[in-house]
Amino acid sequence: MSKYLLNKFLFTVDRDPELVERYREEPRATVEWWEAEYANRILGCHTGESSTWLRFDDTEREALATHDYPKLFELGAHPFLTLTLFIAVFERDYAEPLGFQLEYARRLSHHSLPYPDIAT
Amino acid sequence: MAEVVAVIASTHHPFYYRASTSTGEDRPPFADEWVRKVEAFRETLTRARPDVLVMVGSDHFHQLWLDNMPQFLVGKAPFYDANFSNEEREFGLPRMLFKGQEDLSAHLLRGGLDLGFDLAFSNELRIDHSITCPIITRRPQNDLPIVPVYTNIFAPPLPRPQRFVQLGKAIRELVESWPDDRRVAVIGTGHLSLELGGPRQFGPHGPDPEFDRKAVEWISTGDIEGCLSEVTLDSLWNPGNATHGFMDFMLMMGVAGEGRKADYVDTYDLFHTMEAYFTWYPNGGGRS
Repeated sequence: MSKYLLNKFLFTVDRDPELVERYREEPRATVEWWEAEYANRILGCHTGESSTWLRFDDTEREALATHDYPKLFELGAHPFLTLTLFIAVFERDYAEPLGFQLEYARRLSHHSLPYPDIAT
Repeated sequence: MAEVVAVIASTHHPFYYRASTSTGEDRPPFADEWVRKVEAFRETLTRARPDVLVMVGSDHFHQLWLDNMPQFLVGKAPFYDANFSNEEREFGLPRMLFKGQEDLSAHLLRGGLDLGFDLAFSNELRIDHSITCPIITRRPQNDLPIVPVYTNIFAPPLPRPQRFVQLGKAIRELVESWPDDRRVAVIGTGHLSLELGGPRQFGPHGPDPEFDRKAVEWISTGDIEGCLSEVTLDSLWNPGNATHGFMDFMLMMGVAGEGRKADYVDTYDLFHTMEAYFTWYPNGGGRS
């Protein structure tokens, strides 16, 4: 299991407006493209110096491909990264201010302390 | 030597900018009172007549990332661009540019290393809302050079609370040994109880009002010992999953000093998290 790689997906997609839109419209294709082309990039190195070993397991890939943010919480993805990206993806679909954020909280309401470990 | 003319600690609510600049139907009902409180707090900095600002905050996975994560980092650059695209998108924050006070950065780095803090540094640092929010609220004219100091309150493993207090004490000592006659304010922002991306987020109040009450008491009375006796890395998960940002308040208590009561205290109970504002005048100069 790679919480680090989940976080890397959330981090790199969230900061790129074009990728945010791609992930909203075509989540599975975007996750597959990202895992093939982006997952092994070391962000401070050029592409000839990429890593060789990073990949999602099936559960992680499916959670990202289905926009399943409650599952990402359960898997220990960093909650700030998940929240920020999914606000960008879904907030626009809610008429009320904070409508999506409250729905997000409701969908996690079965969790009690301690929450899943987020250490990477 | 330089003088620390004010020590200022607060929350950094990223929604203030949008709330305070919105008009008509878009203006939330809590905005006017929030603006009034922020402007009164701003006056506590203005009154101290600072020349330079040391700004303590925390990068929220903007420039700093898990492939190379510093625990404590000092910026040393002539300029700092500020705010990131996802902060523009989510909070409506503007792009900003700050001047850096490089010689004070160099002094903090050299002195910090010599005091036993293995500080990271950055010569090209883009800063985020943990530092831009207090500039927007306390120094909107953005006319003073800064030294940014970033702490890791976000990506475990984290330094322990005691270490934040120790670093705060060291920053105070180092600023006061800077061979310069300028007036320095140390401004730091953190969180009270806060939940982000969890089931307790965005409630009508902060997730743990009882923790907030105790936290405000510890800070306003300078009760570092009492605070350290109750606050641990493990305990900070309980008030809310982003409450480790409280350790930046503990750092600022270290800057202000053990047992040092704040000269100005205000709070504002808002949705999601409580706002809290504290000012100390180490030599009494800014008190009126």
